[in-house]
Amino acid sequence: MSDKRLTFKKRLHILKHRFRGKKMAPAFNAFHTFLFSPDETTHSGSHIRGADDLKRTMNTVIMALVPVLLFSMFNTGYQHYAAIDAANGVARELSLWGNFFTWENLWIGITQVLPLVIVSYGVGLLIEFIFAVIKGHEVEEGYLVTGMLVPLIVPVDTPLWMLSVAVAFGVIIGKEVFGGTGMNILNPALTIRAFLFFAYPTWMSGDKVWVHEAVELAGGPDAISGETVLGYLAQNRGAEMSTAYDTWDMFWGFIPGSVGETSAFLILLGGLFLIFSKIASWRIMVSAVIGSLVMGLIFNGVVDAGWITETSNFYGLMSFEFWKHLIVGGLAFGIVYMATDPVTGSQTNRGKWIYGFLIGFLSVMIRVFNPAYPEGVFLAILLMNVFAPTIDHYVVRGNVARRMKRLKNATIFPKDLDSKEEELKVETA
Amino acid sequence: MALLTKKDASLILDPLADNNPITIQVLGICSALAITAELKASVVMAISVIFVLGVGNVVISLMRNIIPSKIRIIVQLIVVATLVIIVDQVLKAFAYELSKTLSVFVGLIITNCIIMGRFEAFALGNGPWKSFLDGIGNALGYGVILIIVGFFRELLGSGTLFGYKVLGDPVKMTGLYSTGYENNGFMIIPPAALIVVGIIIWVQRSRNTALIEDN
Repeated sequence: MSDKRLTFKKRLHILKHRFRGKKMAPAFNAFHTFLFSPDETTHSGSHIRGADDLKRTMNTVIMALVPVLLFSMFNTGYQHYAAIDAANGVARELSLWGNFFTWENLWIGITQVLPLVIVSYGVGLLIEFIFAVIKGHEVEEGYLVTGMLVPLIVPVDTPLWMLSVAVAFGVIIGKEVFGGTGMNILNPALTIRAFLFFAYPTWMSGDKVWVHEAVELAGGPDAISGETVLGYLAQNRGAEMSTAYDTWDMFWGFIPGSVGETSAFLILLGGLFLIFSKIASWRIMVSAVIGSLVMGLIFNGVVDAGWITETSNFYGLMSFEFWKHLIVGGLAFGIVYMATDPVTGSQTNRGKWIYGFLIGFLSVMIRVFNPAYPEGVFLAILLMNVFAPTIDHYVVRGNVARRMKRLKNATIFPKDLDSKEEELKVETA
Repeated sequence: MALLTKKDASLILDPLADNNPITIQVLGICSALAITAELKASVVMAISVIFVLGVGNVVISLMRNIIPSKIRIIVQLIVVATLVIIVDQVLKAFAYELSKTLSVFVGLIITNCIIMGRFEAFALGNGPWKSFLDGIGNALGYGVILIIVGFFRELLGSGTLFGYKVLGDPVKMTGLYSTGYENNGFMIIPPAALIVVGIIIWVQRSRNTALIEDN
């Protein structure tokens, strides 16, 4: 680096100092810390320097999402061309390098998925910047993960203006009104998904939205079907589902669905990565898996016991093998990337078990019992988000009660017992 | 001479903004959520409540010295119920379709906390003229919020105002719909009213920070 030519970093640094204390300062600060690691240190007091700041946490989650995003681009293209073949009556055999990881599939993926990503980040960060400037605090990194999650949990043909409206709603009502990153009760990405679902249901469910240009391709709405696994089952068309989708395809992710939710395999890898990097809670993931398996087993048991016949509306989903619930729809994606959100989830270890278990349990229950919501995961997680503080409260109270009991039985400070009890009560009130 | 003294005017004007029954006292939320999907229903509901609360406050105020305090709630209920039945019968006679839209919510004006609240808090302790102004003021404050919420919910949720297609025809794809715009189904369902009311509360309190409660 020559002395006269300033690096971009240096220029930004100077710019930042020029704006210090001005109204737009948070915006420049955010831009600077987003691109570079700031070299400023605190000057007073003693500090421990931790490597795992919020930015790194967020980046780790994004790293875990990148394989899913890349796969989803290929799958978007693949499903698109598969639908064309199906409309023309051509049989299509999946071949990994022959017709899946191809440039034309990737191109469809790039032209369809990248705009979603850009709009999601653009609108979301713009709102974050505006709020940071109004409130005069720093821009927080909270939106980095939300912005990546949002395009992955919507159908591929979601119009960009709808996405913008939903992102604006989710960021403002889901997060900023509560005080921004770290203060939100509900997961912002799921708030955005829920808004889209209730505001524009025709774009969010049914059998035509999961494949790019499914309706236009066939020249008519009835010519092809991009029905998802859960869609078939909800209509009691289990036999058709079995011929249309192979179980391994469900696991690897070669099925239609929301952009990033299809590949259970890559989500599993992402989950393991998050567990080993200690970013996400393994307790929540494991208990959510257990919860969904238990609910699935109960439903399978009901079918096996003959309490429900094939004519029942619930037969298709109830007779679905319990473990397969994990590899279709958004359950795996929700468990790994959404339920583990440290802000909206339970904080206590015991609370995490309860919270995760109920997410899995309720997801499968909503799936089966409400055919209008073939995907219950987002509702289950949002519901448990609301209950997470309550769960934590009772876990903490339970802990206090147990320790009080122990304290009463202890004979070390018999004289101080009453005052100790008072003290504890004041502390925990 | 002014029509109203300053004190009397504040009885009407205060509930419109800084002491609004919905956004500040957070009363009468149920009906605000239930019937505001259409502007027309909101307006009719607002007028009904203005009538019931205005007349009811006067009646209670006139009787305030002869009501035994032990049974005052029962007396108040009888007064509201009578007035509500009048409103209900008038609606059924002259606006039958609308009364079907409003369904039980006209009857439920009886349980509207604002009405019992004003009877208890104001009419039992003040003269008829002041009680009348107070009733009209509070009902107007309630009605204003209802109409604001109804305006946004009907405009965004159905693309209409008072039933007129102001944004174009969604079936023929004219007006705004030709650009790919779609009605927001979320605004039709009651939770949307909660969010619109919440936004009104947010805007109001950030404009007048004195309204923010400490906690």
